[in-house]
Amino acid sequence: MKNNLMHDIFSHLSWGARIGLLSILIFAFAATFAPWVSPFTQDEIVGDVWEPISAHSWLGTDQLGRDILSRLIHGARNTFFIAGAATLLSFFMGTFLGFLAAVSGGRTDQALSRSNDLLMAIPTLIFALVVLSVLPASMAVLIVVMGVLDSTRVFRLSRAVAVDIVVMDYVEAARLRGENTLWIIFREILPNALSPLFAEFGLRFAFAVLFLSTLSFLGLGIQPPDADWGSMVKENKDGIVFGIPAALIPAGAIAILTISINLVVDSILSRTSSLKGGR
Amino acid sequence: MAVDNNSLSTLVVKRLALGLLLLLAISVLIFAGTELLPGDVAQSILGQSATPEAVANLRAEMGLDRPALTRYFSWLFGIVQGDLGTSLSSGRDIRTMIGDRLGNTLFLASSAAIISVPLAIFLGMVAVHYRDGIVDKMISITTIATISLPEFFIGYLLILFLAVNWNLLPSSSIVYSDMSFLERLTAIAIPCITLTFVVLAHMMRMTRAAILNVMNSAYIETAELKGLSPFKIIFHHALPNAISPIITVVVLNLAYLVVGVIVVEIIFVYPGMGQLLVDHVTNRDVPVVQAVGLIFAAIYILLNMFADIMSIIANPRLRHPK
Repeated sequence: MKNNLMHDIFSHLSWGARIGLLSILIFAFAATFAPWVSPFTQDEIVGDVWEPISAHSWLGTDQLGRDILSRLIHGARNTFFIAGAATLLSFFMGTFLGFLAAVSGGRTDQALSRSNDLLMAIPTLIFALVVLSVLPASMAVLIVVMGVLDSTRVFRLSRAVAVDIVVMDYVEAARLRGENTLWIIFREILPNALSPLFAEFGLRFAFAVLFLSTLSFLGLGIQPPDADWGSMVKENKDGIVFGIPAALIPAGAIAILTISINLVVDSILSRTSSLKGGR
Repeated sequence: MAVDNNSLSTLVVKRLALGLLLLLAISVLIFAGTELLPGDVAQSILGQSATPEAVANLRAEMGLDRPALTRYFSWLFGIVQGDLGTSLSSGRDIRTMIGDRLGNTLFLASSAAIISVPLAIFLGMVAVHYRDGIVDKMISITTIATISLPEFFIGYLLILFLAVNWNLLPSSSIVYSDMSFLERLTAIAIPCITLTFVVLAHMMRMTRAAILNVMNSAYIETAELKGLSPFKIIFHHALPNAISPIITVVVLNLAYLVVGVIVVEIIFVYPGMGQLLVDHVTNRDVPVVQAVGLIFAAIYILLNMFADIMSIIANPRLRHPK
């Protein structure tokens, strides 16, 4: 049954989305098995500074003579892990509070929705910069800051989805049975809200990758000696004015990853929305 | 009619009041975000090895030992009177530090807006005209691509080709106060193109969606059956009805431009507010971050408020909610 469903979804993906899916899988594979698939370790100096692409180092070397391909593969781990953890956190927070607002209604809904509006009234990047000026630079802080700020978007979507479900007869029946709020959230709302939330997860993950890369590029994300794709762009950016394109390689990897996710999500969305009459 | 006008001005005044309230709430949030979180400004200036006495002295000197509420109000009243406080790291007055930078940032952002807004609306209309055809497909694919691209990828790609390989434009975007207008424009050319790319796709996509939405209405079909030319239909029948969503999209993207400009300024080492903000986040210079963050947030909120008011004025239906 499940296999059939997967096959069903896959056969409806556009060609662009299939290529996207393939490149996401390649990135995920490389990140998972980084120590085994990368030709060198991430700190090893393998040649001169900013060597061009060669048989020895496939994507050239960086500003210290380290292999860019190996650093890219290892950096993918940080990028995937932090962006993934932040997205998960934002979904746990956002969907729970969003459903809670929709199920409770009244004052709880007002209080939650208005404070959410307030947080969304400041651009995410500005608020993140303000908060990061006092918090220590660590992975946990990054995950929490990104997750909390992004949960506002998840809250808005999940509340909107849940408001439509709350008026259904089966929710009414559950209420009359005397089920409590948590039961209604997890047993009635959640299973029926999964498909729009799943597509949103992809988009939020792509956004988290971009956001993390931006923070690292600004020097406020992952701190050296650890690296992610954004900080690799920062390290190699001085080469650009000498015509050395090293910084474009990690930047291009970010671009390929986010484009791939968008292609897949776009294709899934257009399929499910045609199934559900444009919703 | 008098009642109508009255209700319009009431709505606008209400929205203005809401905007001011929001601004006040944001100032609380920015202040709380830096003051109430774990982490001590005095400690971080002196470093972990400082003696508790030294930290206490510095806290007293900076007025940090006063209750948070008192400090918030003195900060807020200072800002209202134009006093943004002094920098922790350099001891300079924040207002003089900002100096020309606010103007530089607004100059860059508005140059990008002047190019991107008409272009996005034009391309959006072209996409509607050739909808589902090859031009529309091309536009929609480029849209997905540019939405997913990080600003620095576009920026460095443009520097590499336009400035380094082909030598068409300068790669450095440093501007001085005694530069001529033309020199300034040349200096900001590449950052401006980058910013345009960043917002163009989204604006175009929303314009397309807004017009398409209107194109499905019955009166458009009537116009088609009357035998009007397609561009006449789009211009005279669809566009006026799509204007309110388009205004919203345009202004929202201008607000996005205000954020995008931060990253673009760092890429091109452009002396604006974004660079000031990022530099002082790195230095943990909280008063500067608070002041600059509040200015950015205020511009963003004012633009959003402006979008709402414009769409209330442009769309009579919003004035008479059912």
